[in-house]
Amino acid sequence: MAVYAFWILATIVVLSAVMVIAARNPVHSVLFLILAFFTSAGLLVLIGAEFLAMLLVVVYVGAVAVLFLFVVMMLDVDFVELKQGFLSYLPFGLLVGAVFLAEIVLASFAGLENHVSAFDASPGAATNAEAIGQVMYTQYMLLFQMAGIILLIAMIGAIVLTLRHRPGVKRQNIAEQTSRRRSDAFELKDPSSGQGI
Amino acid sequence: MDLGLSHYLAVSAALFTIGVVGIFVNRKNIIVILMAIELILLSVNLNLIAFSVFNGDITGQIFAMLVLTVAAAEAAVGLAILVVYFRNRGDIAVENVDQMKG
Repeated sequence: MAVYAFWILATIVVLSAVMVIAARNPVHSVLFLILAFFTSAGLLVLIGAEFLAMLLVVVYVGAVAVLFLFVVMMLDVDFVELKQGFLSYLPFGLLVGAVFLAEIVLASFAGLENHVSAFDASPGAATNAEAIGQVMYTQYMLLFQMAGIILLIAMIGAIVLTLRHRPGVKRQNIAEQTSRRRSDAFELKDPSSGQGI
Repeated sequence: MDLGLSHYLAVSAALFTIGVVGIFVNRKNIIVILMAIELILLSVNLNLIAFSVFNGDITGQIFAMLVLTVAAAEAAVGLAILVVYFRNRGDIAVENVDQMKG
């Protein structure tokens, strides 16, 4: 039963991945990317890696794909022009792809011979998430912290890149407001009668 | 035939190849290039998780999480650069990027 589910999901993943790179409209590309991520989350559920499957849906579908969708819709670009040269690059792309595929197949099946299939998605724990949690916060604490720092740096980088101050927009400057003294704002004059200042 | 490691390796290899071909055939469209990179990282994740599950070793799933983190960070920074580039030039043609000169 699991094998049939696998073949159905695998076919959908591969077809939607092809559509990601072949679709004319980039919005369709993003939607097919979401389908590919979602279906590969299903593939992961099949072998019991539930936590990573949910993470894939949350991070990729919930954040990355939506980010792509925002950018594709925000940028007003002539996508027909960008699609030119698709067919002229296709033979070279297919050649490189065939070489890559041959190398991967060769490498993985050469290494598979002395391979033991244990099939255990959550070794030493009741659930997959528990198994991950047992090592994530102990053995791989440093890597976990580094992942957080990478995300922080990426967030700061994205903000610094896209932040801009438009000229002519009035903004509140709190430091300037609070450092204002009475002598900067007031001036006492004593004009004599009949004369201006 | 039972579900085995080679099933997952085959899907992963197919996804990786499609991603590489996608970079080549969409050379003018940097958004689709970024999406092809996401496909490649997805295939790497599938590979790591499949090996982790079929070897009974949880470490692969931890590393898949780290790859996921880096992929999210890369997508955010890449799209931010794209937005700045579009703001400066008014289009996102890849072949004109060298005009920026630093």
